Amino acid sequence: MKRDNLVLLAVLILLALVPFAAEFTGQSSWTKLVGQALIYGMAAASLNFILGYGGMVSFGHAAFFGIGGYVVGILYHHFDAGTAFLGIIPGTDQMLVTLPAAVLVAGLAAALVGALSLRTGGVQFIMITLAFAQMFFFLFISLKTYGGEDGIMVRRTNALPGLNMKDKATLYWVVLAFAAAYYLFLRRLVRSSFGQIIAGIRQNERRMAAMGISTLRYKLYAFILSGMGAGLAGALMVNFLRFASPDMMHWTRSGELMVMVILGGVGTLAGPFIGAGALFTLETTLARYTEHWMLPVGILLLVVVLTSKGGLMALIAKLKGGAK
Amino acid sequence: MSPVLDIAGLVKTFGGLTATDHVSLTVDTGEIHALIGPNGAGKSTLINQICGEIIPNAGQIHLAGRDVTRLPPAGRVALGLGRTFQITSLLDDMTVRENLGLAIQAREGGNFRIFDRAAKRNEVWDEADSVLAGSALSARAGVKVADLAHGEKKQLELLMALSQRPRVLLLDEPMAGLGHVESQQMIEALNAARGECAMLLVEHDMEAVFALADRISVLVYGRIIAAGTAEEIRANPAVREAYLGEEDA
Ligand SMILES: Nc1ncnc2c1ncn2[C@@H]1O[C@H](COP(=O)(O)OP(=O)(O)OP(=O)(O)O)[C@@H](O)[C@H]1O
Ligand SMILES: [Mg+2]
Repeated sequence: MKRDNLVLLAVLILLALVPFAAEFTGQSSWTKLVGQALIYGMAAASLNFILGYGGMVSFGHAAFFGIGGYVVGILYHHFDAGTAFLGIIPGTDQMLVTLPAAVLVAGLAAALVGALSLRTGGVQFIMITLAFAQMFFFLFISLKTYGGEDGIMVRRTNALPGLNMKDKATLYWVVLAFAAAYYLFLRRLVRSSFGQIIAGIRQNERRMAAMGISTLRYKLYAFILSGMGAGLAGALMVNFLRFASPDMMHWTRSGELMVMVILGGVGTLAGPFIGAGALFTLETTLARYTEHWMLPVGILLLVVVLTSKGGLMALIAKLKGGAK
Repeated sequence: MSPVLDIAGLVKTFGGLTATDHVSLTVDTGEIHALIGPNGAGKSTLINQICGEIIPNAGQIHLAGRDVTRLPPAGRVALGLGRTFQITSLLDDMTVRENLGLAIQAREGGNFRIFDRAAKRNEVWDEADSVLAGSALSARAGVKVADLAHGEKKQLELLMALSQRPRVLLLDEPMAGLGHVESQQMIEALNAARGECAMLLVEHDMEAVFALADRISVLVYGRIIAAGTAEEIRANPAVREAYLGEEDA
């Protein structure tokens, strides 16, 4: 316990130093890369809660990521144009409003998808969640007001009182703070009464029902919580990149989130963040040399999955064990 | 006094097969009612209808006076129904203590809390520890369920089911696969639980049935062909032919 917290603190300090390191070495792109990896880590961690802890293999998680992002984009669009969403809800560029709104809307979308898909299981559940995500994808492509396929440019990052969000480092630290808070939230969640029930449902749903647990309600609640986390990540991403597009909810994005979870370690707290960092770094590095970066990434994924059940987290544990 | 479990005219068909054919039976408070019958007679199918995993085609199930025929499984547990599984069904990644603790936590409620610490719910863990201490599994608390012997899993199933404090407990072959000593332990454990709840005991082990049952019903091809006390069942020619005869041969 104590040691876990020390490691966490050390990692946080290192991550907080990234903007300084970037400036010192002249590699200004580092801040942007690590910031994005942190946000993807949050999205992957939110997926991991239902996938790794709850055993619900959702293949449409990017939908909630994209919806969260679009809430920020759409609110900014109306703020910029001085109009109102549906003629009632005025736009805003205040992060203290846009992020909660994004979380709420993503949660509602997850409630809808979850209520209609959680009765099924196995391959059927995978396909239904994928189908819903595709529906959202095409819905946003068809919204010409909000840029259709091109998406929405957000010319200025949302404002947060007292902070200069135009400053790249400040924005990065805000993202880091959210990522750390989300990590701590998930740590509490999996250790809570609810988290234990969810872990039980993953192992044996029938047994949990025999203990008097209405498993469907618990799964739905978990699915909504998870969708809200993805919505928060999406909202941060749009603030970070100042751009919302349907690509955020493309099915390949859902696949990437899954790869991050599996690569990092299913059902572990830090795994999704490590997986996101690894995949994102690999992608951006390899993309510089070849457009066929998918192939080496795929091979690496195979190697990791085949050699260490449990992803990079298990590999790290093994190395630590070997060092002793 | 009205029975705690009252099944009337239950019918369940799978395609052309009638697995439950107008079954009626009752379990009275404090009673152990045994249900015997050859393989494939429809015993587990009946249990699963009482639990709510399978919905019958016709008939009613009353639990503690309430019609639960269409109630989902969790609702029936809340009304006091407990069960064990013919093929043990536990949480394999968790330890013995964690399995029992989760069963107690499920009963206690507060399970939508997301900011508490499950490991710090002292009332849950104190109860789990005291139940384990008084059981045959006292030395196995920290062992993962996946690493338990078959007989130990059967015992844990019973402890978890009893920890729900059911009014009526459905036991689907609790002795299956147990050795002689383990069977004796299980009989003792069930006898000790007699005061806590009524039981519907599905069992092939006739020694156990005759040792425990207040009443016995015989199910053959989905139909109850005889019901009565142990003496009556032993003496019944139809039962001897259909079921007990097999064992004599
Ligand atoms: N889901 C199902 N679909 C089709 N047939 C089924 C189904 N479940 C059970 N059956 C059939 O119903 C009959 C009764 O099965 P059941 O499992 O209830 O018997 P049982 O009395 O518990 O037998 P055993 O002593 O072997 O446990 C069997 O012929 C079985 O093949
Ligand atoms: Mg059976």
